[in-house]
Amino acid sequence: MAKIQIITIVANVLFVLYISRLIIKGKLREEYAIVWVVCTAILMLFSFWRNGLEVMARLTGVYEAPNLVFTGFIFAILIYLLHLSVVASKLHNDNKKLAQEISLLKEQFDKHLNKNQ
Amino acid sequence: MPGKVLIVIPCYNEEASLPSVLNELQQTTLPGGYQLSVLVVNDCSKDSTSAVARKSQATVIDLPVNLGIGGAVQTGILYARDNGFDIAIQLDGDGQHPPKELAKLISFHLETGANVVIGSRFLEKEGFQSSFARRMGIKYFHFLNRIMTGLSIYDSTSGFRLFDRSAIKIAAANYPDEYPEPESLVVFSKSGLKIAEVAVVMSARQGGQSSIRHFGSLYYCIKVSLAMLFSFIRKTS
Repeated sequence: MAKIQIITIVANVLFVLYISRLIIKGKLREEYAIVWVVCTAILMLFSFWRNGLEVMARLTGVYEAPNLVFTGFIFAILIYLLHLSVVASKLHNDNKKLAQEISLLKEQFDKHLNKNQ
Repeated sequence: MPGKVLIVIPCYNEEASLPSVLNELQQTTLPGGYQLSVLVVNDCSKDSTSAVARKSQATVIDLPVNLGIGGAVQTGILYARDNGFDIAIQLDGDGQHPPKELAKLISFHLETGANVVIGSRFLEKEGFQSSFARRMGIKYFHFLNRIMTGLSIYDSTSGFRLFDRSAIKIAAANYPDEYPEPESLVVFSKSGLKIAEVAVVMSARQGGQSSIRHFGSLYYCIKVSLAMLFSFIRKTS
């Protein structure tokens, strides 16, 4: 096994452990962790199967194997960023509804307090 | 039985101009025997807008976070819906919309039965007419609105508006956050509401700053154009 393979495998294991720790501590929700787990799984696969990258490049008709890595990952990152924008938009909407509801309730509450005094 | 009218005043840092607006509102009587209530929606101002408003008889709602003009107006609309108001009228807290013009909006609503009445600066060339660049922008939105709603609304960015019960219902469920004026017209017209414009006289703002300045205006045009387009495509629920 080549040196680089051992390094990537160790890095991968550490990364998975860190993600697990975040989930256990409640700092990362499982649905957002899925994408990271899948990414490490793919990295792990190619760390063990060294020729795999060449095989995949030939299969998809990419001349230089590293280009496949860049293309694949940039695409995946873009999709994930879009997903994060969707999440942010949803949070924005929920936040607005909550703020409106709270302020309206507070007004009602104050009115009742004044009436009872 | 006389109906109830709610004046919704969305405010962000308007302590300078708000007292005179509230004062004028207290002396205003409405046509058709309508009863007038005033609601100040304080959009998390950094100055003493809330305290200033509480000195008057107006009801004050303090938003815990800054939602922007659309979110603030919608809060007022929700209040109108929940408290059974027949009409809600948005009136800016910066003194641009003189309360004595309220009567025109209400009478026009009563005469025509329009669900949304917009107070327009441009139907008659009178009073404050805004800057050149802004008038160009407004022309552009007139053009966009004509394409998307088939209506000829001259002052689609005017925030001086009357909503009747059916418009309140729709705006409570769906009102854009940021720069809501032109976009909401697309929403209303798609929901089959009748939109009309009546000439009013506006003044230049007495205090505070416009929410649209400098480079913001380009962003404004792009954002609103996109928002209108997507509101136009979106199915109404």
